[in-house]
Amino acid sequence: MAIANGVSTVADHTDTESSSTVSTTTRPEVRNVSEVSLSTTAQTADSPDDSAPTVYDIEDLGVYYGDFKAVRDATLTIRQHEITAFIGPSGCGKTTVLRCLNRMNDFIDTARVEGTVLYHGVDLYDPKVNSTEVRRRIGMVFQKPNPFPKSIYDNVAYGPRIAGMKKKSELDGVVEKALRGAALWDEVHNRLDASGMSLSGGQQQRLCIARAIAVDPEVILMDEPCSSLDPIATSRIEELMQEIKREYTIVIVTHNMQQAARVSDRTAFFITEINKESDRRTGVLVEFNPTEKIFSNPDDERTEQYVTGRFG
Amino acid sequence: MRGVFLGAALTAVVLSALILYTLFKGTFDFFRAIEWDFATLADSGWYPRSSRFDLRTIVIGSIVVSLIAMLVAVPLGLGTAIYLAEYASRRVRRIVKPIVEVLAGMPSVAVGFFAVYVIAPDLVSRVFDPRQPKNMLVAGLGIGLLVIPIMASVCEDALAAVPGSLREASYGVGAKKVTTVFQVVLPAAVSGIVAAFIISASRAIGETMVATMAAGAVDTAVYKGFSPLEPGMTMTAAMTNAVGGSDQAAAEAPFKVLFFVGFLLFMVTLLLNTIGDRYVQRVRQKY
Repeated sequence: MAIANGVSTVADHTDTESSSTVSTTTRPEVRNVSEVSLSTTAQTADSPDDSAPTVYDIEDLGVYYGDFKAVRDATLTIRQHEITAFIGPSGCGKTTVLRCLNRMNDFIDTARVEGTVLYHGVDLYDPKVNSTEVRRRIGMVFQKPNPFPKSIYDNVAYGPRIAGMKKKSELDGVVEKALRGAALWDEVHNRLDASGMSLSGGQQQRLCIARAIAVDPEVILMDEPCSSLDPIATSRIEELMQEIKREYTIVIVTHNMQQAARVSDRTAFFITEINKESDRRTGVLVEFNPTEKIFSNPDDERTEQYVTGRFG
Repeated sequence: MRGVFLGAALTAVVLSALILYTLFKGTFDFFRAIEWDFATLADSGWYPRSSRFDLRTIVIGSIVVSLIAMLVAVPLGLGTAIYLAEYASRRVRRIVKPIVEVLAGMPSVAVGFFAVYVIAPDLVSRVFDPRQPKNMLVAGLGIGLLVIPIMASVCEDALAAVPGSLREASYGVGAKKVTTVFQVVLPAAVSGIVAAFIISASRAIGETMVATMAAGAVDTAVYKGFSPLEPGMTMTAAMTNAVGGSDQAAAEAPFKVLFFVGFLLFMVTLLLNTIGDRYVQRVRQKY
């Protein structure tokens, strides 16, 4: 259980093509490959490629804030090198579910999770799992660009440095690779010492993507990454997502249905249930299907109403 | 009505100007009254009644006492702030923060008593065996206690002003809590922390009661170097002593020197507060 031991370093992870092999070989005995693929083929029958290896198996996920249940019964499978989109109206719990995928909810005192989130067969909420290592492997890009008030270089080098990389030459290489990966290198390579906060909003968001990929994660979670960006910056980020999905698995929360339709391979649609007695809102996963199906011929009537703009 | 409020505002302005004028005039009179004999001025000792004004004695006294106070207040104040802002649960914070703020309003004479009757016999005398129970170390520790809440409170504001999104960004690339605090939160809050330091230093230098009660020197102090275990006199204590115990003619130089010392203190704290305010404003502008 590599996550639990926290043995993996950035150095032995730099070859992105090998990351799947690494995870497969370090998978514990509790659940072998055939079991995983069996349980998932039953769920999604259509294209895209259902033989792609599973990254997450999420079953009956529920999240509480205190005694308030924010999300219930979310069951879905996230596959390697795909873009999975979470859509739905405000307050439907899509961000809450996203934050369960790298245990970012740990920092909310009252948050509690039930059900299982299996990451390559490992229960992310197993007490033995090192949550810091989880977040190193599963990166995150946030709603508002949040570069550190440090130089561009130091922003990108932050993750590798805390993972123990010290040599300037190695760091230089990682920083350049990450900035190229985030399609920002050409714009900033001659001013790496400038503050990350001096960049434009779109550039800041790409800097945040560079910072996330600098530690070579396997998964990148994106929480409405374009919501504060103009259309041009948005389309750059979307292009970028298409490029980097060859190397990473992406989960994106978006408010924008067109964006989900444009970029994602599969889409999970959430709605908000209002409890008439307590007037509390709980998010529910209504449908999880290939994006094409969600937008052309969804299984659930509520999905159809939502994607055709008749509600929400 | 407008006139009444204007009057209230003007009173404060006029009084401030009057205080400044008094200090300036007294300083001026002092320089006219003393004999400009370098040997006398550099003489080792602060004996105002004998017209010996070795300012070194009280300036070094102030520096030593304030340094000790800051050595106590900076780590404990910053530590308190980091705990409250980064680690404490909401419940603990709701209990601890008001207590820290009450401490900030503690009358300094109470702290002075604590310094003389607890810190001096039970801590300093036991550990260091000084010549005299009251000394600059005792006063410095006492003032340090007094300054902790100020340091803690201003630092906590600075840390709380760092947006949570930066912490999340740090956790998001696999940083631990402690790494996040030291590599992201503290650097982002640095100007507020500098402000806290400066405001605390200004308070430590200006603190009077504890210094007068606990630093050891009564009427006079002899310059004996930097050792904190020696009794000493701070600038503030020198002023208090001279006013309180003064029975000599008010027109003489020994009395006028107070104005000069007061003027010096005023300039130092004004300078520190101005720089401190700058930094505080920088924090507010950044996010």
